[in-house]
Amino acid sequence: MLEIRNLHVRAGDKDILKGLSFHLKPGEVHAIMGPNGAGKSTLSHVLAGREGYEITDGEVVFDGKDLLEMEPEERAALGLFLAFQYPVEIPGVQTSTFLKTAINAQRKFRGEGEIEALDFLKTLKKTLKSLNIPEDMIKRPVNVGFSGGEKKRIEILQMAMLQPRFGILDETDSGLDIDAMRIVADGINALRTPERSFLVITHYQRLLDYIVPDQVHVLADGRIVESGGPELAKKLEADGYAAYERAQ
Amino acid sequence: MTTDTQTRELVEALRKYEAGFETDIESVKAPKGLNEEIIRFISAKKKEPQWLFDWRLKAYRRWLKMPEPDWAKLDFSPIDYQESYYYAAPKTGEAPKSLDEVDPKLLETYEKLGIPLKEQAMLAGVAVDAVFDSVSVATTFKDKLAEAGVIFCPISEAVQNHPDLVRKYLGTVVPFADNKHACLNSAVFTDGSFVYVPPGVRCPMELSTYFRINEMNTGQFERTLIIADKGAYVSYLEGCTAPMRDENQLHAAVVELIAHDDAEIKYSTVQNWYPGDENGKGGIYNFVTKRGLCEGRNAHISWTQIETGSAITWKYPSCILKGDCSTGEFYSVAITNGRQQADTGTKMIHIGKNTNSRIISKGIAAGRSDSTYRGLVKIMPNADGARNFTQCDSLLIGETCGAHTVPYIECKNPKANLEHEATTSRISEDQLFYCRQRGIPAEEAVGLVVNGFCREVMQHLPMEFAVEAQKLVSISLEGSVG
Repeated sequence: MLEIRNLHVRAGDKDILKGLSFHLKPGEVHAIMGPNGAGKSTLSHVLAGREGYEITDGEVVFDGKDLLEMEPEERAALGLFLAFQYPVEIPGVQTSTFLKTAINAQRKFRGEGEIEALDFLKTLKKTLKSLNIPEDMIKRPVNVGFSGGEKKRIEILQMAMLQPRFGILDETDSGLDIDAMRIVADGINALRTPERSFLVITHYQRLLDYIVPDQVHVLADGRIVESGGPELAKKLEADGYAAYERAQ
Repeated sequence: MTTDTQTRELVEALRKYEAGFETDIESVKAPKGLNEEIIRFISAKKKEPQWLFDWRLKAYRRWLKMPEPDWAKLDFSPIDYQESYYYAAPKTGEAPKSLDEVDPKLLETYEKLGIPLKEQAMLAGVAVDAVFDSVSVATTFKDKLAEAGVIFCPISEAVQNHPDLVRKYLGTVVPFADNKHACLNSAVFTDGSFVYVPPGVRCPMELSTYFRINEMNTGQFERTLIIADKGAYVSYLEGCTAPMRDENQLHAAVVELIAHDDAEIKYSTVQNWYPGDENGKGGIYNFVTKRGLCEGRNAHISWTQIETGSAITWKYPSCILKGDCSTGEFYSVAITNGRQQADTGTKMIHIGKNTNSRIISKGIAAGRSDSTYRGLVKIMPNADGARNFTQCDSLLIGETCGAHTVPYIECKNPKANLEHEATTSRISEDQLFYCRQRGIPAEEAVGLVVNGFCREVMQHLPMEFAVEAQKLVSISLEGSVG
C-alpha cells in the first residue's frame, strides 16, 4: 500500500525529515508518535503533496506509483485522505456543496460520472447520524464558526463520504474532549476494512486506547527511532519522550 | 511544440472567452467618425421626431466642449473618437416584424451565446430584447406582456409608438450633460430597451436585454429607460458580449430607472464584454452611466452587477432616494484578471426622509489587473433618519494585482446613521491546499472559494441566471493560479 524509503525533506534551510522509512500494508493501522517538532506534521503534508517542502532524497511508493510525482488532487482521487490538524475555513461555501464538489471531482478524475443527487443525500444522512452531527451543520459554510471538536468531526464526515483507501489523521485528537474523541474514534473504526489503511499521527497515547494500531513508530529528530506493537505507546505514556530527545 | 499541445492550447484559449466569435453578416454602417452629419444620419435612420434630433444635437455640441472624466484609477491612451463607427446594423436586421423574419444567422449567433430567441426554446418566463451592434433585432414575448399592460420594446420603437412617455422621462435621471460619456451617448445612442410597467402591475416575467457588439471599430451606445409606475414591480437583466478583436472598442451606455410611489425595480447585469488578451491588447472600454430615481414614497431600486469582462470598466450604478422611505441597493461582484482595470461602485444620494441604502461590493483581482471600488454616500440636509450600510470586500489572487477601496461620505444631516465595513484578503495557500487534498483541482478550487466570497451578491440575481453567473465567475479566473 505505502512504502516510504529513506525520505529526506527540507523546509527553507532546515532539514526536517532525515531518512525516514516504513512500510504500511493494506488493512493496517500504524501510529506515528513523537515529541513536538519531530517532523510529524511535515510527514503528513509531504504525503498529501503540500507545497513548500523540498524532497532531497528518498522515495514514497503508493500502490506501486511514485506518490511524490503527483499533484495533491491526483493523490486524493487515488484514495489518499488527510484529516487536517487545523481544518481550513471557506466562507460562503456550504459544507454539503463542498463535499459534493469533492466527490464529483474525484469521480471525474477516475472517469466516472457525477454522483446521483439522491444517492449523495442518502449516504450523507446516514453518515451524519453515525457521527452524531446535526443536519443543519452541513448547511453552514465549511468550518466557519465551528468549534474545534466540530471541525474534527466534519473531517471524519468527509473521510467517511470520500471512502479513501488510505487515511492520514494528523493530530485528530488535539482539542477533543473524551466524548468527542470516542465519537471520532468510533467513526474511524467503522471505516476499518482489510483493504483500507490508516496512519494515525498523535502526540498522546490516549487516542490509541480507542483506535488500536498494528504498529507504533516513534519519530524523533526526523527519523523513526523505534517501532513496536501497541505496548510501545503505553511505554511512551509512562516514560515520555525524554529518552529519545536526550539521544539526539 | 507538438500538435497536441498546440491544439490543447488553442482549445484553452477559446474556452477562456467563449463569446469571442464573429458573425459574418452584411451590415449597413454610417461613415466613420463623428460630426453633426452622423447625428443627422442616425436620427434619420430611426425616423425620429424633431425634438429628439434637437436634443441629440444639443448634446453633441456640449460634448465637444466637455473634458474627459479623469478622476478614476484607470490608465489608458486617449480615445480617438474619429476612428469609430457610430452606427452599424445588420442589413437584413432592420425592423423585423416577427422572429420568423429575423436573419437565421442572427438567431444562430444568439443560440451560440446560449440565448435562443425562439420562444418555445426559451427559459420559461424570461422575455428577451436582443440588440446587435446598433439595432434591436428581436424582442420576445411582446404579446404576452402587452396583455398585462407592460410595454417592453426597443427604445427606437418606443420613440415611434409611445413618444409622450419617452419625451416625459428621457434624460430626466441622467441629464445629457451629466458627464462626457453620457453626453456622447445622448448624441449618438442607437438602441436599447424601453420598459413601462403601469400602476399596480407586477410584470409577469423577467425582462432581459442581450447586447452584442459584432462589427469591427464600432461603438455601442445603447440607452435603456425603465419606468415603474405607482405600485408596479419589474425585474430586468442585461447581458453583454463581443468578439475578440485587437482594437479597443467603445461601449458608452446610459441606463435610467424611474420608480414611483411603492414601485420596485430590480436591475441585474451580467457583463462579459471581451476583456482583451493577457497582454492587454484589445477589449472593450465599458464607460457606462446608470442611475435610478426613487421618485415616489416607498420606492425601491436595486442594482445587482456581475462584472467579469471589458478591458476597462468605468461604471457607478446609483440611486437618488428622493421619495420619503425609499430604498436603494447595490450588490456588486467585479472580477479582473490579466490586464483588466475596473473602477466601479455606486452613489447613494439620500434626499427624502427615512431613506435607506445598502451597498455590498465584492472585488476580486487576479493576474496583473487592478480593481477599485469607488462609492459615494451623500445625506442631504432634509434626509432625517437616513441610513446606509456599506460593506466592501476585496480578494486578491497572486502577487501582481491590486485592489483599492475609495469610499466618499458626505453627511449634512446629524440624524443619519451610516456604517462602513471593509476587508481585503487573499485566497490563502491553506484554502487551496485543503480543496486540492479533497480532490478539487486548483482552478476549480479558486472558482469555489471566489463563488463563496461572492455568495451574498449572487443570491440577489434572478434564479435563472445565478447558475450561469457562477460558471462565468469560474471561467473568468482561469489561468489565475500557476
